[in-house]
Amino acid sequence: MSAVPVAADAPRGWTRRFRSNPTSWFGLALIVAVVLAAVFAPWIWPVDPLEQDIVERLVAPSMAHPLGTDTYGRDVLARLLHAARISLVIGVAAIALALVVGSAIGIAAGYLGGWFDAAVTSLLDVLLSFPTLLLGLMVVAMLGPSIENLVIAIALTELAPFARVARAPTIALKGRDFVEAGRALGFSDLRLVVVHIVPNLLSEVVVVASLWLAAAIRTEASLSFIGLGVKPPTPTWGGMIREGFENILDAPWLAVAPGFAILVTVLALNLLGDGLRDAIDPKVRRD
Amino acid sequence: MGDYLLRRLLLAVPTLVLTMTAVFVLARIVPGDPALVILGDQASVEALAALRTKLGLDRPLHLQYLDFLVGILKGDLGVSLVTGKSVWAEVAAVLPYTIELTVAAIAFGVILGVPLGTAAAVHRNRLPDTLTRLLSLAGLSFPAFVSAILLLLVFAIQLKWFPVISSPKMDDWGERLRHLVLPTLNLGLIMTAYVTRVTRSSMLNVLGEDYVRTARAKGIGGFAVLSRHALRNALIPVATVVGLYLGTMIGNSVLTEIVFNRPGLGKLILGALNLRDYTMLQGLMVFFAGFIVLANVATDIAYGLIDPRVRYR
Amino acid sequence: MTDAPLLQVENLAVEFRSGGAWHRAVRGVDLAVHRNETLAVVGESGSGKSVTALAAMGLVPKETGRIVEGSRIRLEGRDLVGLSERELDRVRGDRMAMIFQEPMTALNPTMTVGAQVSETLRAHRGLGAEAARREALRVLELVKVPSAARRLADYPHQFSGGMRQRVMIAMALACQPAVLLADEPTTALDVTIQAQVLALLEDLKREYGLAVLFITHNLGVVALIADRVAVMYAGEIVETGTAAALFDSPRHPYTEALLRSMPRVDRDIGALEPIQGNVPSIREIGAGCAFAPRCPHAQDRCRAERPTLADDGAGRGVRCWVRGLA
Repeated sequence: MSAVPVAADAPRGWTRRFRSNPTSWFGLALIVAVVLAAVFAPWIWPVDPLEQDIVERLVAPSMAHPLGTDTYGRDVLARLLHAARISLVIGVAAIALALVVGSAIGIAAGYLGGWFDAAVTSLLDVLLSFPTLLLGLMVVAMLGPSIENLVIAIALTELAPFARVARAPTIALKGRDFVEAGRALGFSDLRLVVVHIVPNLLSEVVVVASLWLAAAIRTEASLSFIGLGVKPPTPTWGGMIREGFENILDAPWLAVAPGFAILVTVLALNLLGDGLRDAIDPKVRRD
Repeated sequence: MGDYLLRRLLLAVPTLVLTMTAVFVLARIVPGDPALVILGDQASVEALAALRTKLGLDRPLHLQYLDFLVGILKGDLGVSLVTGKSVWAEVAAVLPYTIELTVAAIAFGVILGVPLGTAAAVHRNRLPDTLTRLLSLAGLSFPAFVSAILLLLVFAIQLKWFPVISSPKMDDWGERLRHLVLPTLNLGLIMTAYVTRVTRSSMLNVLGEDYVRTARAKGIGGFAVLSRHALRNALIPVATVVGLYLGTMIGNSVLTEIVFNRPGLGKLILGALNLRDYTMLQGLMVFFAGFIVLANVATDIAYGLIDPRVRYR
Repeated sequence: MTDAPLLQVENLAVEFRSGGAWHRAVRGVDLAVHRNETLAVVGESGSGKSVTALAAMGLVPKETGRIVEGSRIRLEGRDLVGLSERELDRVRGDRMAMIFQEPMTALNPTMTVGAQVSETLRAHRGLGAEAARREALRVLELVKVPSAARRLADYPHQFSGGMRQRVMIAMALACQPAVLLADEPTTALDVTIQAQVLALLEDLKREYGLAVLFITHNLGVVALIADRVAVMYAGEIVETGTAAALFDSPRHPYTEALLRSMPRVDRDIGALEPIQGNVPSIREIGAGCAFAPRCPHAQDRCRAERPTLADDGAGRGVRCWVRGLA
């Protein structure tokens, strides 16, 4: 048992391992591309995503409209790019919320132990195996559809993994000598947690965040598809697919583009998260 | 084994209570008035009051909680505001269809996924492995409804091999199967992706174990080593993980049912949502929560049955 | 022993890939084990002794290791290097068997002990299920597993460590091989159990006329069971001879140092001397004698030129410029 507090936790060389994995690079490149497209959307394709043109309804992909137009004559490409912003923002906001709240719960459970820990753990287990879509659906249905509620609902579905990932190292570190020493010196529990325990969770949390951001975006898209997402006319990928589904016999292209966009984004985040986990986790078998 | 079983079942009880309490809290946490949400703001004061009484919302909170728990014990999940039938009856009516789809998808996923995952592990870091990993990751990245729509587009609309609207109520077995194909494929492919990944990592662990080396030292041939020694041990974590995945499967099957227009729990939820069937939603939530807890317990018990180390303690 | 050795290893070299390059873990090993003889291979971890045995069995992991061209492994006269995996499968478990160090992890936890022993018999002798079961029972009784008949249906975790090792031995000897490779089979066991298992091995060796290659780092065990000894250091054999000769008059400085660092009943405990320095990793071995950095007798020639193993033709050999057989 060491009496010296531990420094940051990712084993040395993780950047090298990450860099040597081509799929991680691919994922990173993809997600950067998506983010850039979202941020610079109005400059890349300066068309108003909300502008309707009844004459040009349901036009197939052409030079003027590379991805065609939807039922209101709105340009699909413009909507696609703007939807990227919305979906990414919602996803990131949800993850951020889940990260903070989830980690707090996990640390609290690990640190306090006892029946509180037991209760929290069994709830977390259920939460983790509960269908994310249904959970998000129920919450939005209860709270009413709005962007804030959407973020809260998605954050709720992402709570469990963060809590889990924060709890385990907290338990391990709680018993270390330097924590005892700190308490003997009169350090408050809060200070001990923030200064010593939190830095050790960072790498695990980053991996979880990347993987579950993918899940968050998927959940948001699914909820929008069902009709519980952001209200029209604001474009979201899920909403666009819903519209595409309703017109699938007339305009099949409507559903394909946003579907592809979701796939690329989620895949990129999964690749990135996988790559990070392989690079950071010391227990992964390496040659 | 009996010990293990008992312990696990006993543990399920407080978990169930805790979960149901969480559901209750979630349902009551709605800021504002559920009666208002249901009837809209044009409703009269009397109508609102009547609905509140009907829903039991005018009673003190702790009494509502007790009513809730007692109701669950009796098997009463509430009554639909729209159809008047009990939630349980509605669920029971469509459950067989959802089960049919889920079982088919799991079978598909396991039959395809285990060999794929094994092949990937055996040829680690070579082409079959990289290809499999990429494909399975892609499979997992597809939101279930996107892949469903794609399948619909290609196989039902363009190629016309399968019906656009899938109905399980066919009498002819051939037709019934035909209606089952696309939804099963959708769910099944996602399941395959998942099973492949889990099998691969489990096999990688097992292949490095000492007893595999011992088997080879006995001169046991490659295939026998894989099937008799490696797989038997590798499948234990795979089985448990699949059990835990059941929850996500339900979410995906809901989306699949919506896209292929199949009756099942998915349509039920959607209907309840659209019609603001508050009690139905709550009842469904209770149903799913209970199902998840019990599924977890069943998985744990299954794990105990498969692994002899737990069985013969 | 004047009859031909059952196992003869010539010029065995095994290399592993580490950090992009291949490094030798075994650098030219010659061994011979005869009928009814126990050859103990002694050395610290990292000496290459386990790798030697694994290589003989063809069990070097293919992704990271390989046997170097020019190595010969002759089992009953037949060269095993270059055989296909299938042909090796026929030999392994049948003519040559191996038992390992950790009985806990070396047995399949999801297969009954009876099935695991029968497996070898069915694979190599083509026995049916019932016949294999009977034979498995016989072998388990041979290794003195009590209530063997009932135990056939038990799983490995229901046995104690010593019993598990007996099961391993039963598995290895079921097909009555000519050669048994034992990689530290008693290291993980309690001392009292150790003695029992060693005694059992000795009995079985005599009964079957086995050639036993016994790997260990424990000189006490060597003293108990070895007929002849080969001392390994940094991937090569540095001294060979009969057990008696080695204990009475060790010649190689490493052997001497090993003996000095081992507690003995007839010596004061204060006379224990650890060997200075560390065993070199496979990447660090230089041009000269591998032991030179730690050797009290090292001279310039030792550091520049790798010594050859000079033997006297009667089984005594030393690899040393200074203390070797002139």
